Amino acid sequence: MALLLYLIKKILTLGPTFLGITLISFMVMHLAPGEPMSLQADFNPKMTPEMRERLRAQYGLDRPLRIQYLQWLKGLVVLDLGRSFSPDRRPVWDKIKERLPVTLLINVLAIGLILVVAVPLGVAAAVRHNSFFDQVTTVLVFIAYAAPAFWVALLLMLYFGVHLGWLPISGLHSLMGYEQMSGWGKLLDWCRHLILPVLVSALGGLAGLSRYTRSSMLEVLRQDYITTARAKGMPERKVIYRHALRNALLPLITILGLSIPGLIGGSVIFESIFAIPGVGQLMWTSVMARDYPLLMGNLVIVSVLTLLGNQLADIGYALADPRIRTGVQMED
Amino acid sequence: MEAVNHQITKSPNHQIPWLGRLGNNPLAVAGFLIVGLLCLVALSAPWLAPYDPQAIDTWHILESPSKAHLLGTDPLGRDCLSRLIYGARISLLVGIVAVGIATVIGTILGALAGFYGKWIDGLIMRFVDIILCFPTIFLIMAVIAFLEPSILNIMAVIGLTSWMGVARLVRAEFLSLRQRDFVLAARISGASNARVVFSHILPNAVAPIFVATTLGVGGAILTESALSFLGIGVQPPTPSWGNMLTEGKDNLEIAWWLSLFPGLSILVTVLGYNLLGEGLRDALDPRIRSD
Repeated sequence: MALLLYLIKKILTLGPTFLGITLISFMVMHLAPGEPMSLQADFNPKMTPEMRERLRAQYGLDRPLRIQYLQWLKGLVVLDLGRSFSPDRRPVWDKIKERLPVTLLINVLAIGLILVVAVPLGVAAAVRHNSFFDQVTTVLVFIAYAAPAFWVALLLMLYFGVHLGWLPISGLHSLMGYEQMSGWGKLLDWCRHLILPVLVSALGGLAGLSRYTRSSMLEVLRQDYITTARAKGMPERKVIYRHALRNALLPLITILGLSIPGLIGGSVIFESIFAIPGVGQLMWTSVMARDYPLLMGNLVIVSVLTLLGNQLADIGYALADPRIRTGVQMED
Repeated sequence: MEAVNHQITKSPNHQIPWLGRLGNNPLAVAGFLIVGLLCLVALSAPWLAPYDPQAIDTWHILESPSKAHLLGTDPLGRDCLSRLIYGARISLLVGIVAVGIATVIGTILGALAGFYGKWIDGLIMRFVDIILCFPTIFLIMAVIAFLEPSILNIMAVIGLTSWMGVARLVRAEFLSLRQRDFVLAARISGASNARVVFSHILPNAVAPIFVATTLGVGGAILTESALSFLGIGVQPPTPSWGNMLTEGKDNLEIAWWLSLFPGLSILVTVLGYNLLGEGLRDALDPRIRSD
């Protein structure tokens, strides 16, 4: 019951945040100096003032901002984000829709990799606090955290792609002979192409999360109930995995939720490096072409996805934390 | 000697102890040395750089590192070491100014929220939550698309999109400090709001703000380099480590030195700021020191 109330409360806050996201996206675009139309019109030598007015009317830019926002919002609810300025003039949502799965796939794989590597690493470092292993991982984590992801991507491409020739360095699948491959062959080809992008996008989060796991674990290991468990003669393995780890993992759910914007933001960088046709690359091309409806659509969709990701993390936390699940000591 | 004694008796847990703790932490000292050295390099760039960073030399394009060009030359025959040294200026400048902007915005909004509470707090914190939903780089790109990508704009945009952490931090500090006895005492003795904030609360919140600022510089430098790498940050021919890496990417197969050194510079710089920031945090706040 308490859990249900908590979830309802969480979902109710979604609405205002969603409205806030749309309002800010809209304002960013419309308050920026130079209106979007002029970007398109200025490059057209045949553009007369009358034509410009007609175009403005066609895009609804002659109406008050308030009306424009409501119109845009109404479209957004049914995923009608307008049409792209690019020559193909396709609906923005269609363009985003076909690129979303790739970006989501890479991000989900990256999160999986982060969890699988960072948590054991952090736990091991905390359990062997101040040991040689702990110091080496601490230094490595610091370095990984400070390394620019796109540079690491370049180095990996240089070494595994160019020098050793083991892995492909761009695109999602091979250009030559892909059609002739069997089903498994295609899958393998995809996997080979995904290794470097997933590795690169996981790197920063990996460093961050293992550091958090370590400090969270150290914190828990100092608690009285751990001393109690040890004092009553419980085997160390059980103390660590049954008593300590479960409690240390709780805050990590929140941290993981908070790292979603960074992960999605990273897609802009690695998708443009590895030439992966995802949302990040779409964002980059729309910025370069100043394709304003596409830009705005991208910004909103990506932020709403982040919002949903954060919300999922919150719900995960509520499900995992017995204090919230049972309503005892419910704060906030 | 007497002066030192006087100071110690006057403020028992200020200044000297935390500097001592910082000096005892080898990682923090390393961070301090890196940051200090970089600032020196940036300031003395014209004297340190062996060549003019913009000088094009078509007879010596894409040469690998040699005695004449220690870090090799780029596709226009410019000396990479000189460009790297001048690039330090851009990276440090953008990093520090952007974080400065973020700190000012974050401190003002966080202080307002924490001091006044109630609906002001609710409104500001809801705003923070909303901005945090935007992947920063997407938001920056959206704004940059409509501006000239100049150094000034880059600094402003990074600053405007990275103040949320500071705001949350300052709010939390204000919330806990405004309940403390010395603040209540100041209020009872009739101090104005401005006096309570500026001479009683804010000075006690300076340490965590300073730590967040130091840690923030590394992040801002990473953001700038990523933007420049994507071609929407610092524009060539002005050398920045990010746009030097773009050239590295374009010549990946033939000139490894173009990719290696600028990235290494970013890594070391960010590492320096992060180590210094973590060291400062441990030194300034004994409560959260790891044993």
